Amino acid sequence: MADAISDETNRRDFLYVATAGVAGVGVAFAAWPVIDQMNPSADVRALATIEVDISQIAVGQSLTVKWQGKPVFIRRRTQEEIEVAEAVPLSDLPDPQADADRTENPEWLVMLGICTHLGCVPLGEQGDFNGWFCPCHGSHYDTSGRIRKGPAPKNLEIPPYEFLSDSLILIG
Amino acid sequence: MSGHSTYEPTTGFEKWLDVRLPIVRLVYDSFIVFPTPANLNYWWTFGGILTVCLAIQIVTGVVLAMHYVANADMAFQSVEHIMRNVNYGWLIRYVHANGASMFFLAVYIHMFRGLYYGSYKEPREVLWILGVLIFLLMVATAFLGYVLPWGQMSFWAATVITNLFGAIPYVGEAIRELLWGGFSVDNPTLNRFFSLHYLLPFVIAGVVVLHIWALHVPGNNNPLGIDVKGPQDTVPFHPYYTMKDAFGIVVFLILMSYFVFFNPTILGHTDNYIEANPLVTPDHIVPEWYFLPFYAILRAIPDKLMGVIAMFASIAILFIVPWLDTSKVRSTTFRPLYKIFFWVFVADCILLGYLGAMPAEGAYVIWARLATAYYFAHFLVILPVLGLIETPRKLPESISKPVLSSSGPSPAPAE
Repeated sequence: MADAISDETNRRDFLYVATAGVAGVGVAFAAWPVIDQMNPSADVRALATIEVDISQIAVGQSLTVKWQGKPVFIRRRTQEEIEVAEAVPLSDLPDPQADADRTENPEWLVMLGICTHLGCVPLGEQGDFNGWFCPCHGSHYDTSGRIRKGPAPKNLEIPPYEFLSDSLILIG
Repeated sequence: MSGHSTYEPTTGFEKWLDVRLPIVRLVYDSFIVFPTPANLNYWWTFGGILTVCLAIQIVTGVVLAMHYVANADMAFQSVEHIMRNVNYGWLIRYVHANGASMFFLAVYIHMFRGLYYGSYKEPREVLWILGVLIFLLMVATAFLGYVLPWGQMSFWAATVITNLFGAIPYVGEAIRELLWGGFSVDNPTLNRFFSLHYLLPFVIAGVVVLHIWALHVPGNNNPLGIDVKGPQDTVPFHPYYTMKDAFGIVVFLILMSYFVFFNPTILGHTDNYIEANPLVTPDHIVPEWYFLPFYAILRAIPDKLMGVIAMFASIAILFIVPWLDTSKVRSTTFRPLYKIFFWVFVADCILLGYLGAMPAEGAYVIWARLATAYYFAHFLVILPVLGLIETPRKLPESISKPVLSSSGPSPAPAE
């Protein structure tokens, strides 16, 4: 047992470290399923797309639909709203993005109705910029859904979507 | 748990048990003869009151879980079912809901008592840290529980709080989906919140055991903030403090009964009687009253990430209070300057609570920023600086001395 009282690294130290190392890796692998089970399940991930009929929406009207559990605003903008949104210099925007980059067709604004601050649903045609106003913590969005004032860091998000025809869009 | 045990098992069974599991000895030493400072005032009864609060929440909660359904389609109805159909369901639910408010009322008094009498100072730092940990667990448990009725306030509280984690750079989005189990707050979120809401009170109970253990090593602090010098300074825990605690508990339960029986919904929000709707946010969302100061701090900062950091920091800073306070004098009774600042701090917390309930606009935002700045200044500037510049009043020689000598100085009692 001379090894036991020597300060040098010996075979037993190596075995301790190796055992602890293997056990640590094993625990990490065993822990992953317990963590990953909390992530979206297969059925939740499968609810990816919806089709929306927009033929009934008149100019100046909005429709809110639910996609992946989240509200999506579809707004048929008035000419004035489009002009105001296009006229804003990018330097005035906390999250600069041109109106043209936020729409497939300037008349139709399709975006997630989720405030980028803490996830409340903003109210339409309100706020200092006649766009959307979030009542929770006071974020103001313009007629293009871009953040203009308040604690939200980003513009309202644009979901992936495409026009299947003039009256039908596919979201997701 | 400190000093030698004076327990003498009397019956045959006690003797038999004592050499196998000395649990009677543990209770006898910890809660019967435990030497307790003779001068504890009623602010010290809140430890016992909080134990009762935890017990009430666990008992009523286990019972509610027998009738509640953790499913997004059925949760709201099942709560109404409890209120209308289950025998005494209304009573059990109102006790549980108002019990949460009472729990926080008691814990805030308990914490302010600790701050006033310097109960966090050496050698009670670990005791204080465990207490802050219990508070943090209480915050999490109360939030999770508030989501379960699946009303509008439940849903949007869950949305706003989980979105706080979305502010974390790079991994925020992934953490949010992990918490939700989806792409928004939905059925999987409700299910896991129920599971965790059931788990955490038992974790709290475990940390409470550690808290009491850490209390019994140095023993209780006391209103004079000076160390116990000997047996003449203490009385046994039973019957002196079991009775005093019992009286405090009864008075506290009378207050709780007022809310449960005469005003059971005053502390809640009426919007939570509207079923959760993911497409409409209520016009004015506010948390329960006990979270308002933290909510005010969150909203006071105009930047999302910084707001979240400030809110968590406002609790986290409590962990390091024992090292921020440079004064060696525990009790504020002997700190003329700190006494003023302590009450200003209490007022600041109440002001933050008021501002948290108001809309985030105009002058309210300015006030919230000032009050938030003061909150942090209290810990980061006033506590460290005051200990260095303040001249404390003269401390009494012992706990028993001012009691034994009612007027003027007198020789110390013989040991």
